[in-house]
Amino acid sequence: MKIAFSASGDTLDAQLDARFGRAAKFLIVDSDTNEYGVVDNTQNLNAAQGAGIQSAQHVVSAGASALVSGHTGPKAFKVLSAAGVEIYLSSAATVRDALEAWKKGELQKIDNADVEGHWI
Amino acid sequence: MKIAVASGKGGTGKTTVSVSLALSVSDPLVLLDCDVEEPNSSIFLGDTTGRQTETVTVPVPVLDESKCTACGECGRFCEFNAIVCVGTSVMVFPELCHSCGGCIRVCPHGALHEEESPVGELSFCTISAGTGSNRALILVEGVLTIGKAMSPPVIRAVKRKGAALAGTLSSENARDVLTIMDSPPGTSCPMTTTVSDADVVILVTEPTPFGLHDLDLAVQTVRKMKLPFGVVINRSDSGDDRVREYCKKESIPLLLEIPEDRRIAEGYSSGIPLVQAAPEYREQFARLARDAAYLAGVVNDGRKHA
Repeated sequence: MKIAFSASGDTLDAQLDARFGRAAKFLIVDSDTNEYGVVDNTQNLNAAQGAGIQSAQHVVSAGASALVSGHTGPKAFKVLSAAGVEIYLSSAATVRDALEAWKKGELQKIDNADVEGHWI
Repeated sequence: MKIAVASGKGGTGKTTVSVSLALSVSDPLVLLDCDVEEPNSSIFLGDTTGRQTETVTVPVPVLDESKCTACGECGRFCEFNAIVCVGTSVMVFPELCHSCGGCIRVCPHGALHEEESPVGELSFCTISAGTGSNRALILVEGVLTIGKAMSPPVIRAVKRKGAALAGTLSSENARDVLTIMDSPPGTSCPMTTTVSDADVVILVTEPTPFGLHDLDLAVQTVRKMKLPFGVVINRSDSGDDRVREYCKKESIPLLLEIPEDRRIAEGYSSGIPLVQAAPEYREQFARLARDAAYLAGVVNDGRKHA
């Protein structure tokens, strides 16, 4: 299964970005093989508004069926849920650590946004 | 003529200057409180009974799911991520919508239409008490609904209402109407929306490092917008001389200095306008209006010089 991770770099040892909408990259990792692709998100890093919505769309179009990030706001949550993407929170330091934690079933799956939306 | 009273920094005295100007001139006058996130001019104008209110709305897209094929054209068009197509569903986020109507035009299936959504309220009334003359003073005030993020639509509605009411005053009095716009602080969309059609901008500042820093931002903004402007220094004997030096260096006219005065502060804290707490300022504010008109290139007949 394909899992998206918000990341500040483009390898498995990159830092897991605590922010979803304004993460620099998404690593789309195949949980069976650990192979991954990188989706650049710098366009949303600098977006005036709606970064969470666009980022969620990136994750969905990359074919991910789960997301691991530090936090997810209400609009991103709405878009991801509509597309059936499961959302997990992690405070792991790197994407690799978060992936391992996900595999062990240690990550918490959320049913609601865990942070407030914010403006411009 | 339209005078906008703006500042970079908040709390420098925009409302104090706006209200005092309004109470010191004899022209028929419309005062627009464009600071729709926290309007406060009315506090200083006494009796505002007879206020009429109107709801301010903006058009936002509404989806007809039976016509939507989830082709995604709307989401690709939207600059503001206010409409998004994920899988087979289209989601609208009205709070992000700038009401451009683009999604509706690009939809190949006619699945979107506009509906009006309330974002705020404006109110207006004629003020008679405390104006020191029997000429008409109309106040128009906007209030952005709590939880809404975009104030420019409410500010534009206040300005449209002000222009309409100024039209009625002008025909009654056969004299040119002075419009004073009390701007929101800062230099972003709410401020630029307010000052955009001003004939002249009065920038109110205080002689502190923060005051100077934000004054400089405001100066850069009005210069870029090619608007004539001058500066008023409030609480001018506090702080230091850097604002004066800055104005001198930049050749910016210093229109008025208002020193610290306990009467003004006490009046302010109980809703009494500066020119009532310290009546000797009436003449200075009347002169401020004349100087601002001079900067705008407007003479008494209201026509602009070439």
